[in-house]
Amino acid sequence: MTTKVQAPEATNSKTGSSDAATPSVSPALALVAGWLVPGAGHLLLGKWIRAALLMVSIVGMFAIGIALAGKVYTPNTGEPLDMLGFAGDLGSGLLYFLARLLGWGQAPVLVAVADYGTKFIVVAGLLNIVAAVDAHSLASGRKQS
Amino acid sequence: MTLSHFSAVLLFSLFTSIVFGITQRAEPKKMIRFAALCFAMFVVGTVAASWAMWLIKP
Repeated sequence: MTTKVQAPEATNSKTGSSDAATPSVSPALALVAGWLVPGAGHLLLGKWIRAALLMVSIVGMFAIGIALAGKVYTPNTGEPLDMLGFAGDLGSGLLYFLARLLGWGQAPVLVAVADYGTKFIVVAGLLNIVAAVDAHSLASGRKQS
Repeated sequence: MTLSHFSAVLLFSLFTSIVFGITQRAEPKKMIRFAALCFAMFVVGTVAASWAMWLIKP
């Protein structure tokens, strides 16, 4: 018994993109690069428009969160919700370490808009994780294009 | 920096929808449609929830 397996097409007729032109990048490298710098995973894969949109969106959200005087969570506070917030913030990769290094987001949250800022920062980190996993899926071939 | 509540909703919805569109669909046209759908759902859902909270306030 034989099974017919359709070979992947070299060129995607709908998008006009060529699979042959896609650089071969290790999935792990795409994942780590995408985590450290928003959009870098897609940039390594040659998808620079997606990379630019992801970078603008994630960095923009993080910057707005900081500008709204949102809180940047730190580890070892002992509060479970703080630990979850820290995990979300850590998703921003180098942006998180930059914020800690420069002392951003350390003032107490006193107004509602600053609480929005805290949520912007956490969600920016979570979205960056989603984007990095997407870059991993593209590099491994699990996602076609 | 200060933002109104509604402009904060718009910015949050915009950035989140862009990332969802790119990561959850494979083709550019579907990405745009899904991002637009997410944006509309975020904004409409937030406004609806706001009115619901206004209606049930004591």
